[in-house]
Amino acid sequence: MALYSEKVMDHFKNPRNVGVIDNADGVGEVGNAKCGDIMKIYLKIENNIIEDVKFETFGCGSAIASSSMATEMIKGKSIFEAMELTNRAVAEALDGLPAAKLHCSVLAEEAIKKALKDYFDRNNIPYDKKQFPDCENCQHCH
Amino acid sequence: MQVYADNAATTKISAAALGAMMPCYEKFYGNPSSLHTVGQEAKEVLEDCRSRMAKLLGCDAREVYFTSGGSEADNQAIISAARLGERKGKKHIISTAFEHHAVLHTLNRLEKEGFEVTLLDVKENHNITARQVKEAIREDTCLVTVMYANNEIGSVLPIAEIGEICKEAGVPFHTDAVQAVGHIAIDVKAQNIDMLSLSAHKFHGPKGVGALYCRRGLALTNVIDGGAQERGKRAGTENLPGICGMVAALEEACAHLEENTAKVTALRDKLIAGLSQIPHCDLNGDRVNRLPGNVSFCFEGIEGEALLLYLDMEGVCASSGSACTSGSLDPSHVLLAIGRVHDVAHGSLRLSLCEYNTEEEIDHILTVVPQVVERLRNMSPVWRDLQSGKREYIL
Repeated sequence: MALYSEKVMDHFKNPRNVGVIDNADGVGEVGNAKCGDIMKIYLKIENNIIEDVKFETFGCGSAIASSSMATEMIKGKSIFEAMELTNRAVAEALDGLPAAKLHCSVLAEEAIKKALKDYFDRNNIPYDKKQFPDCENCQHCH
Repeated sequence: MQVYADNAATTKISAAALGAMMPCYEKFYGNPSSLHTVGQEAKEVLEDCRSRMAKLLGCDAREVYFTSGGSEADNQAIISAARLGERKGKKHIISTAFEHHAVLHTLNRLEKEGFEVTLLDVKENHNITARQVKEAIREDTCLVTVMYANNEIGSVLPIAEIGEICKEAGVPFHTDAVQAVGHIAIDVKAQNIDMLSLSAHKFHGPKGVGALYCRRGLALTNVIDGGAQERGKRAGTENLPGICGMVAALEEACAHLEENTAKVTALRDKLIAGLSQIPHCDLNGDRVNRLPGNVSFCFEGIEGEALLLYLDMEGVCASSGSACTSGSLDPSHVLLAIGRVHDVAHGSLRLSLCEYNTEEEIDHILTVVPQVVERLRNMSPVWRDLQSGKREYIL
């Protein structure tokens, strides 16, 4: 199918890191069912390293592939490196997404940042709020 | 196994249709407007096709206009009725909320010109009643345009009853019969239809060709200006191979209508019964008055495009009304019109069958759809929330 790159199809057919982490150290969920995309990221963090990451996604093929790729890109990395992940990097790693699907990679970045923010909040780690998407007031889905 | 179950999108061309087209490329390649022998031979073929099409629809050959397809026929029928109406000061049009975009977008255009459009509600039984039409007709109504059968959910509308009401009220009645022609017996005179649109590729004919039936006495307005083809009402050299293929396909479809209906309906009902076993799903469309080949479901907790891609990997070609397949943030207007909420409309699946499908293919679909739905639900945070009680089931 020419709609998506081979990389996207590979991650869609065999998504990496699907599932849930019980007692996760950080959890982030973005999107809503009304607009057809929800991503949820679970993080296991030890000594500032992302030891494990899992995702659940309700969404189209590129949403599933973007979640899968994004989790692969941050697994084993430090939380500071994970903070640097951009939607563009996710889309590039997938050998590109159709223009109408770029928001899927945005959601993946936002879900990871939201999970990291959750971790910072839980552990009283100070951070700059500007680094995080304002999901509650985002117009994407409303 | 490759199973083509997207016949409402388009069909495979039949051998009869393809066979009828070839002589138009090899022998009757003349321009029907030319005066010479080669042109006049083509003209004869064209007019023979027109007579045969008229016979299949139950009208006169002079009432058949060949077009590029269903969309063009819909546009022309609606614009024509609107122009006739506004000359008499009538600028009200009745239609339904689940029409094809070829109708709805044309109506939008007329609204910008000052026409008033009433879209009948389709929530009850996912259909309309003739009574709704009767109650909506006003002094200034210049057109009732109601589809014969819905392309997404398969509901078949009470066309003959609506035709009678419109005749009594003296309001022109157009029906977009793109999904019905070749699948349901149609007689435009008996059903009091004034205008009807059809498209060849929905009944095993070629793409890019269709027809508009327009009752004598109703003046058509051109939407394509130019030469004097189609009695001056539709410019452009006639697509003779397409027209020949279309008529051959429709003759074949009408000749086998009863047996095809019996066969396809049985396959459809088996598929509906099987898919209904999947928890938290619901059938879209009228359960009784339904196209023989239409199966449309919403599955809770999943998204349609991902469903289609996994099904395609299992060899099943289907379609969906999810936002990701509609090319916008909103799911199909048809699913929203019948009252499906966004969350559920995203998880829709349409399987549209034809007489080429087999029982083995239905078995294959019934094996893979539940597996794929389960796979997607297992990775869906929505499904998890539904199961844990954090979110309430809709279906």
